[in-house]
Amino acid sequence: MLLIDCPYCEQERAEIEFTCSGEAHMQKPQNADDAQWEKFLFLRANTKGVHYERWYHVHGCGRYFNAARDTISDKFLLTYKAGLPKPELPNE
Amino acid sequence: MNEFRTNIGGRIARDKPLQFSFNGQSYIGYEGDTLASALLANGVHFVARSYKYHRPRGIMSSGNEEASALVNVTRGKGRDDANTRATNLHLYEGLNAQSQHCWPSLDWDIGEVTRLAGPVFAAGFYYKTFMWPKSFWEKIYEPIIRKSAGLGSAPTLPDPDTYTARYAHCDILVVGAGPAGIVAALNASKDGVRVILCDEKDEFGGDLLSTPKVIIGGLDAWDWLEKSIAVLKSRPNVTLLPRTTGFGYYEQNMLGLAERLTDHLADLPVGMPRERLHKVRAKKVILATGAIERPLVFPGNDRPGIMLASAARTYLNRYGVKVGQRVLAVTSHDAAYQSAFDLAEAGCEVPAIIDVRAHIDQALLDLAKALNIEVLSAHTIVKTSGHKRVKSVHVASIEGKANTRVIPCDALLMSGGFTPSVHLFSQSRGKLKWDEKIGAAVPDVYVQNCISVGAANGEFSLHDVLNHTAPDQNVLEIDVQNDCPLGSGQNISQLPLAQKAKKHGGAFVDFQHDVVAKDIGLAVREGFHSIEHIKRYTTTGMATDQGKTSNINGVNIAADALNRPVADMGLTTFRPPYTPTTFGTLAGHSRGKFFDITRKSPTDDWASDYGAVFEPVGLWRRASYFPRANETKHQAIARECKATRASIGISDASTLGKIEVVGPDAAEFLNRFYTNPMLKLPVGRCRYVLALKEDGFIYDDGVIARLSETRFHVTTTTGGAARVFANMQDYLQTEWPELKVWLTSISEQWAVIALNGPNVRNLIAPFVKDIDLDKDNFPHMSIREGTIFDIPTRLFRVSFTGELGYEVNIPAANALEVWKRLMEAGEQYDITPYGVEALHYMRAEKGYIIVGKDSDGTQTPEDMGMEWAIGKKKPDFIGKRSLTRPDMLLPDRPQFVGLMAHDPQVVLEEGAQIVGEQKGQTFPKMIGHITSSYMSAPLGHSIAFGMVAGGLGRIGDDVFIPMPDMTHRVKIVDPVFYDPEGKRLND
Repeated sequence: MLLIDCPYCEQERAEIEFTCSGEAHMQKPQNADDAQWEKFLFLRANTKGVHYERWYHVHGCGRYFNAARDTISDKFLLTYKAGLPKPELPNE
Repeated sequence: MNEFRTNIGGRIARDKPLQFSFNGQSYIGYEGDTLASALLANGVHFVARSYKYHRPRGIMSSGNEEASALVNVTRGKGRDDANTRATNLHLYEGLNAQSQHCWPSLDWDIGEVTRLAGPVFAAGFYYKTFMWPKSFWEKIYEPIIRKSAGLGSAPTLPDPDTYTARYAHCDILVVGAGPAGIVAALNASKDGVRVILCDEKDEFGGDLLSTPKVIIGGLDAWDWLEKSIAVLKSRPNVTLLPRTTGFGYYEQNMLGLAERLTDHLADLPVGMPRERLHKVRAKKVILATGAIERPLVFPGNDRPGIMLASAARTYLNRYGVKVGQRVLAVTSHDAAYQSAFDLAEAGCEVPAIIDVRAHIDQALLDLAKALNIEVLSAHTIVKTSGHKRVKSVHVASIEGKANTRVIPCDALLMSGGFTPSVHLFSQSRGKLKWDEKIGAAVPDVYVQNCISVGAANGEFSLHDVLNHTAPDQNVLEIDVQNDCPLGSGQNISQLPLAQKAKKHGGAFVDFQHDVVAKDIGLAVREGFHSIEHIKRYTTTGMATDQGKTSNINGVNIAADALNRPVADMGLTTFRPPYTPTTFGTLAGHSRGKFFDITRKSPTDDWASDYGAVFEPVGLWRRASYFPRANETKHQAIARECKATRASIGISDASTLGKIEVVGPDAAEFLNRFYTNPMLKLPVGRCRYVLALKEDGFIYDDGVIARLSETRFHVTTTTGGAARVFANMQDYLQTEWPELKVWLTSISEQWAVIALNGPNVRNLIAPFVKDIDLDKDNFPHMSIREGTIFDIPTRLFRVSFTGELGYEVNIPAANALEVWKRLMEAGEQYDITPYGVEALHYMRAEKGYIIVGKDSDGTQTPEDMGMEWAIGKKKPDFIGKRSLTRPDMLLPDRPQFVGLMAHDPQVVLEEGAQIVGEQKGQTFPKMIGHITSSYMSAPLGHSIAFGMVAGGLGRIGDDVFIPMPDMTHRVKIVDPVFYDPEGKRLND
């Protein structure tokens, strides 16, 4: 089980308190044509490596936030509040 | 004293004899024995039959790596433990164990005849032989194979034991309490940090328990051990967990430890759990998991009496047991010599050590000579004989021309060197590297915060282990004398053949799965070159021991066959659990009624007393129907429906999801969230709403009531409550953070009593205050606040049945009281409680859908004939853009319709497929399926809903439902079967 650092609670909490809510930084396109809209609805990066994703602290503060997680090692590189831009990753 | 028990020595309590039974025969052992050591002390080596060939097998090790000596332990009803390693089973008074997988007895086993057919059971035999004819597999081949192959039998009774679990946190977790683990724990805990030290054995000490002659810090090994453990015990920051196996290494330094609490006790304490799962989160992990000796691969290496050299030393020094009277050793490593010397010194006859190496350390040769042991260097074993116990060994020179020599013996020790136990390290996703010198993989790159120490790290000298683990020595003195390092040797895949020897079969690699060396050769010849494929094709390392003794030999043999360096072969993946772990431990308390939460509505007890039959709805349990004496389910439902439509039905609808949406932007928020226009909903009115995902598909529905300009009471489906709330939070927090809205889940605060039927208003009128119940002033789809029985209520006038209906929302704590008073007052109207089933029937008669039953997450509002629910003038709402995607506009999309069978008494089957005109086609095209189907008692005929391609344009057409008995003709109709004008609803 992972430990996840909630940026609102400022605490590392057990994974069972959270649910993953898919890829982060998806922009809902305005006045999208069919192709753009299809891309928004169905196409995801499925990254091998650093993946930006959304998490919901459902059994905690109830806030949605973003995380950068390495999908190979399952390591959380960092978590940050919703609405912030993609951050610089700390150097390994 | 048994003839194989030494007169002195060992760690057993000779004043505490224990009687135990094996295969029905009674034996004596001592406190401190394992089942294996007690059997060996009684001269019993032959304890099992092998997996495939039913060959006699003995005890080959003294630890958890045991591949052969698996037994069944019986402790009374429901307590049959199959595949228990005799080497790990602490002896207790009255222990009762049996051999498995043999019939009629271990001695006379009918399955052994398959041994004669041994050659045909080669790798891939099953895949090749039982291919044809296909129909034979299920009825003939599989049952025979299942009966003849296998290990123990699964228990058939429920497990009577309880299991428990806990979370634990520590700074440092040390896995393995051998010398390396103990020194690591001593060192780590000296500054007060929290340390957990666990070991799978009953006693801490690891290999030190088998090497009493070693001197550490001037103390005898066992005294040093006692002192060290006393220091650890005296520290409050140290937790010691014996009999606790670290079986799994998971993400972020979480490890699973299985602690066995009662398996070693003669009497099971009442109420004590059998095992405890520790889920440990450690800041740092120290892996001191030791090493496992490798068997040698040679013809006939599996007979009872043939065992690992280190195991024989353990039996002698720790348990006071001689594994034989006349013992030979075969080796490619120095380590076997110490075992042979110890046995010789204890009085065993040790005629010879057979060593494949030409050059042997002179010190060892001198010691051997002093003990009168002949060392046969550059020799190999050609074959062994002895059916149920090894009788003799056929020895030949590797290079020379001398003839084979037969040496009689009753035990044979073997040593092919040691393999570090890197299982947990590998589970932590660390990377291994091949170490040529020790002929095994050792930890290389660490991914998590852990280190490997001691033999687990490939360090086989006690001096090195202690000094590397605890360089500062300020805890206890750790200088080592009389060390017997596991030492150097030659790493070989199998014993070399003597020049004159023909090829012999029966050189076992995997003792538990009966895989021989030539199976691996065959797999390679047939094109399996990856070690992962070879493993699966031959099943090497796939038994319950996961190849603890076989994997390295298997890799070496495969490398030889492929003519590749073994370092390039890689290793198969190590997966949890390290050793077999009971389901009980993993399940813990989550059994039976504790398996999952049962949410109960406020009237649950009342319904139970009233005779309700319940059904699960999500996590809730809801009354399904309320049968009266002798009523069938369908009779009860029919009665409940009729009574409701005739007068009054009462139902507990508290499970509905409820969300209060408050704030200056609440209306705007709901306007964007739901398809319906919400901005102009007047205060005091309700609206039926649909919720879509961005893809345009319905995922929930409900009713929104406006309590004030800025306060809404939103209902959701029972199962969708959490989902909708999470989705609301998501959009509010991340898409529209500018909106001033607050969301509160109120599902459990407000209970709901649904009252339906023409007499409902008459029933409640005397008890409702501050609400004008007049049908024009409080019309259908409205909400009023007031009191009922002087209890505050949000009274909804809504209906899910098509009758005049009210949903009485009251605080959950008052719900039972209100329910009872309504039942009492309703007696004069023949008030009838109804359950979820009757509710489903009545809503279907009225043409109301159930999201998730009639829709399945792939329907737009148009598909469900609910275009009216879309606020077309709204600039946007969730899912709006998707409704105009080309695929959504196709004319032949499945659409929601009513269905009437031509035979009105036929209740169609839910889920059945719908086809169009058949016109003699064998396989007519499927054009839809049935989603709901009922026999309507009030209407006197059956009704159904379905999804039919282009169905909304086909009202009046006939379609067909092919069923096993016959094909039913049905008519597509409007889905509203009851009171289509809505007179009753608005009355």
